[in-house]
Amino acid sequence: MAAKSVIPFGPQHPVLPEPIHLDLVMEDEHVVEAIPSIGFVHRGLEKLVEKKDFQEMVYVAERICGICSLGHGLGYCDAVEHLMDLEIPERAKFLRVIWSEMSRIHSHLLWLGLLADAFGFESLHMQAWRIREQVLDMFEESTGGRVIFSVMKIGGQRRDVPQDMLKSFLERFERMEEEVKVIARTFMDDAAVQSRLKGIGVLSADQAEALGCTGPFLRASGVARDIRSTGYSAYGDVHVEPITGTVGDSYARCDVRIREIFQSFEIIREAVGKIPEGPVEVPVKGFPSGEYMTRIEQPRGEALYYVKANGKKFIERMRVRTPTFANLPGLVEMLKGCELADVPILILTIDPCISCTER
Amino acid sequence: MKVSQSPWILHYDGSSCNGCDIEVLASMMPHFDVERFGVINTGNPKHADILLLTGSINAQTAPVVRQLYKQMPDPKVVMACGICACDGGIFKDCYNVMGGVDKFIPVDIYVPGCAVRPEALIEGVKKAIAILDEKKEKMKIAMKQGYCTVDYGRLAVHTTAEDYDAQVQSDAEPTEETEETAGEEKAQ
Repeated sequence: MAAKSVIPFGPQHPVLPEPIHLDLVMEDEHVVEAIPSIGFVHRGLEKLVEKKDFQEMVYVAERICGICSLGHGLGYCDAVEHLMDLEIPERAKFLRVIWSEMSRIHSHLLWLGLLADAFGFESLHMQAWRIREQVLDMFEESTGGRVIFSVMKIGGQRRDVPQDMLKSFLERFERMEEEVKVIARTFMDDAAVQSRLKGIGVLSADQAEALGCTGPFLRASGVARDIRSTGYSAYGDVHVEPITGTVGDSYARCDVRIREIFQSFEIIREAVGKIPEGPVEVPVKGFPSGEYMTRIEQPRGEALYYVKANGKKFIERMRVRTPTFANLPGLVEMLKGCELADVPILILTIDPCISCTER
Repeated sequence: MKVSQSPWILHYDGSSCNGCDIEVLASMMPHFDVERFGVINTGNPKHADILLLTGSINAQTAPVVRQLYKQMPDPKVVMACGICACDGGIFKDCYNVMGGVDKFIPVDIYVPGCAVRPEALIEGVKKAIAILDEKKEKMKIAMKQGYCTVDYGRLAVHTTAEDYDAQVQSDAEPTEETEETAGEEKAQ
């Protein structure tokens, strides 16, 4: 039995785009325990509700995280709209679905790139990010921003997307789908990639559920839970089937995310086919009051938004619970018994978003 | 554009929302490709010429930033990327935000934007190369005049005699925060 030693991991580490710190208690090459410490990105933006009114808070909510920016705006707006009894137009709802799915595609492609980088496949990393740029171009054309869009507002959408632009998006998505298929083959079939992912960091369905994991991380373990099937926004009108894996290892997580990219293409196609004509916003009068909790499915899993207001210009309390926060206990469990060389990959497989977690 | 050298970049997220960070990474990727100027994203502060910081820096991340800055060899350039790194941006009023990188370390280039656009970043890197050249020239002169110290195993250069004295004094009394994080950084 070798002596235990502690290796600090992070906050600045080549594999991490964001700062998180882990104390890895090691016994030879194996991790016995991982102790995370967070707080490097904590800004305290929930308290900003005291200084910014409920309309301005949309901008703050969108800046909880730069990757799932659109979803955060959606969640916050959805909660406030419920408080104010606003029924937003159908077209706005469908646009929210289309943009959410575009976010999911770009987020998953980003993750695939980072994963490829973590297992040392540089050209695959570059390819994934090259394909992702096309989604950002479409975002820029339709919303005006590449990563932070500021297109959500209380009561609908800040701008409409012309029908012919949506049609042109479909053609471009079709080309993109072919490109994603090519890199997906490498991720799924390449022997070297498989040897880095298969059987690494296995989390059973019971464990994942008991630890409260969410999103593709949970679904890869075989639990079919997807908040999109509750039908918020216009998700009730499109076909959403939760995509699950069985094994619950890193390979299954990669597989689930790749299949989710293709599912998102399908959902966008369906939504563009069904989107009705009409306005994209309703006028907002008065101030919100009461409390409401809304759940949406972010690329990383379930995110929860709680808003409490008392009929004043400034809302009383906003609370966000983000998917990475829910997935951290799963990560700590998964790291026990793994090899040191696999730690970066395991951290990446939960698709960590530290900015969301720490707000 | 004349590129006199290929600077390597060290990127650190000092409590940003991630938007600028993915744009920093996106500018390294095939679409924008700053690698055509020889710019490489390195994880090691001792290999880096440009420190690329995003976010408005909070109490916990400040010692890390200071440590990274100290570990980088001269000549070095600091780039504050995004409006948060420049002055705090939308989070300026938050309780855990210090409001800008320049509260802790000297900043050479400010690249605003929320999120910062890759085109702006590339322009910033271009300017950083010019500043690096300038600093290198100053360093050569200073070395001739002999205002140099060897500090933590690296060469530190001071352009004037007063600057040299001030540096020697500040090195004699290291702050508590930097000592705490020294172990963490070395282990990587």
